[in-house]
Amino acid sequence: MSLPEPSSSGRFGEFGGRYVPETLVPACQELEAAFREAWADQSFRDELDGLLADYAGRPSPITECHRLSAELGVRVLLKREDLNHTGSHKINNVLGQALLAKRMGKTRLVAETGAGQHGVASATAAALMGMECKVFMGEVDMERQALNVFRMRLLGAEVVPAMSGSRTLKDAVNEAMRDWVATVENTHYCLGSVMGPHPYPWMVREFHTVIGKESREQCAKLLDNEIPDVVTACVGGGSNAIGIFSGFADTTAELVGVEPAGGAAVGRGVPGVVHGMKSYLMQDEFGQVQEAHSISAGLDYPGVGPEHSHLSSIGRARYEQVTDDEVIAAFQLLSRTEGIIPALEPAHALAWISRDRAKLAGKTVLLNMSGRGDKDVGQMMEILG
Amino acid sequence: MSPTLAEEGLTIPDAPSEPGEFERSLRATRESGRKLLVAYVTGGLHDEWPDVVRAVADAGADAIEIGIPFSDPVMDGPVIQEASELALRDGASPVTVLDTLRTIDAGVPLAVMTYYNLAFHMGHERFASLMYEAGVRAAILPDLPLEEVGPWATAADPAGIETVMLAAPTAPDDRLPRVVARSRGFVYAVGLLGVTGERDALAESSLVIARRLKAITDKPVLVGVGVSNGQQAAEVSQVADGCVIGSALMRRVVEGEGPAGAGAFIAEVRAALDAS
Repeated sequence: MSLPEPSSSGRFGEFGGRYVPETLVPACQELEAAFREAWADQSFRDELDGLLADYAGRPSPITECHRLSAELGVRVLLKREDLNHTGSHKINNVLGQALLAKRMGKTRLVAETGAGQHGVASATAAALMGMECKVFMGEVDMERQALNVFRMRLLGAEVVPAMSGSRTLKDAVNEAMRDWVATVENTHYCLGSVMGPHPYPWMVREFHTVIGKESREQCAKLLDNEIPDVVTACVGGGSNAIGIFSGFADTTAELVGVEPAGGAAVGRGVPGVVHGMKSYLMQDEFGQVQEAHSISAGLDYPGVGPEHSHLSSIGRARYEQVTDDEVIAAFQLLSRTEGIIPALEPAHALAWISRDRAKLAGKTVLLNMSGRGDKDVGQMMEILG
Repeated sequence: MSPTLAEEGLTIPDAPSEPGEFERSLRATRESGRKLLVAYVTGGLHDEWPDVVRAVADAGADAIEIGIPFSDPVMDGPVIQEASELALRDGASPVTVLDTLRTIDAGVPLAVMTYYNLAFHMGHERFASLMYEAGVRAAILPDLPLEEVGPWATAADPAGIETVMLAAPTAPDDRLPRVVARSRGFVYAVGLLGVTGERDALAESSLVIARRLKAITDKPVLVGVGVSNGQQAAEVSQVADGCVIGSALMRRVVEGEGPAGAGAFIAEVRAALDAS
């Protein structure tokens, strides 16, 4: 395994932990034990692998971007998580958690969602497995991602607006945790990123290591047993990034996470505690959590998964920031040169490659194309006119 | 090998064996035969909040929890969320709330209820000593469970701040004694599965958790979360030593009933407790 397990207290270095209300401590302990046991059980792994292959469509291919590479002077490879069922990498984690929840005897899933990708994936898994599903989504995000709200409802989930605070992803997490405090006996909190209290950052990472594992093998074939110079991905909570980083952590590949400038927890935050974890967090002088501002609802989050804080602090990964305008340009660039409309989230990673193309000249960069842009077309139509 | 808790700096210090000032006061009241009533007031909500604190003390609260508003109160329901948001909008911060608190002579012991990040961000020692200087003697941090309390308690214990632990209905029998052993001031029994807020009826779970706790400790056991009026307070205090009232009080303040309305409500709860 290339990324180590967290410590017994759920820490990656100084980050992580389990800062939850007392009511949830036994549930987190139970979840940790159940995951540890299931992950070591070949029959669980086989069942999940079967679903990932036959239902989600794995393995996802790697696409070499010839026209884009020629335009940028950087060899760009895309790991096509956008081609998964439900349109993003989120399905990997959700199928794992739903299977685990069922194994634990839970009948109901509660989830938070930003752009709606995790909510759609959760609603999908719940439909597949005959479970109840309630998704909390910031009121602001429900407006900018109305199509995903409709999708979740079609799939049988209840979608509830989070009306407090910034009415975005951060507040949807608060509402999901409040729901879980009240329903913990029959409900599993299907958390959508490598964040939250232990064991979530570790467990969600493990469910996404399939991205890194496949990429490593695919790169070996494509690059004649060489590895890419750079592996990059967008970072909100950081699940797609940790998934692809996990395949290359033990190599010389440079790992680069790309945050939105308006939600750059690693770039602009200081250590803090919210949503059950200690991690870099954007906060004011007193420790009040600040509202993030990003064009991408999926990255509109003031915190980041604790393992990213750790990877940054030990220098194994570095974190860049891009602006909304750079993202809009990258969104159009990929559409025009490769016929691939990206989600706004992975467009962040492409925006960084494009901006730093002089420094990256001649290098091979593997980018995790974590989701497709269908959900963002309406928003972009308004922006581009 | 995974590092031990000690190597991670997370050792949980034993609670001092002698009760602190806050707990001694509650014990003395209990011994006088009176049921304990702790009221929660959001600090910094409207300019009149010091008057709300005084009114509630005068109306018969035995101690008062001052809420220092936090941006993401995950253990709180809609009423305290709204109170916190309004207070933050009015510019409340740990410093303004504690500064104002110095000027309030409530005449009853004071606790602070807030979320851990405010203490972590300011630094444990500084936060604890600021609280002490403001007259606060106990702290309730609902997102800091037993396993994470070590670094904070290591600073708070010698600073004279008693850290109240929450005991939840979900805790297995082998966990409750450890939570109770680390709790100072009182033991905060969480009355139900859920966040703070008013409920139509007292949850059966609040009696169950109170019974489980009373069976293993002589520290004051107070039930909070879902205790909404005098009748429910009296009912739960048949088993527990008393209760904490928060949302029912703050709803009245948010709705504009002011210090007079807050005082009248607490007087009503006090009367129900005394009559039981």
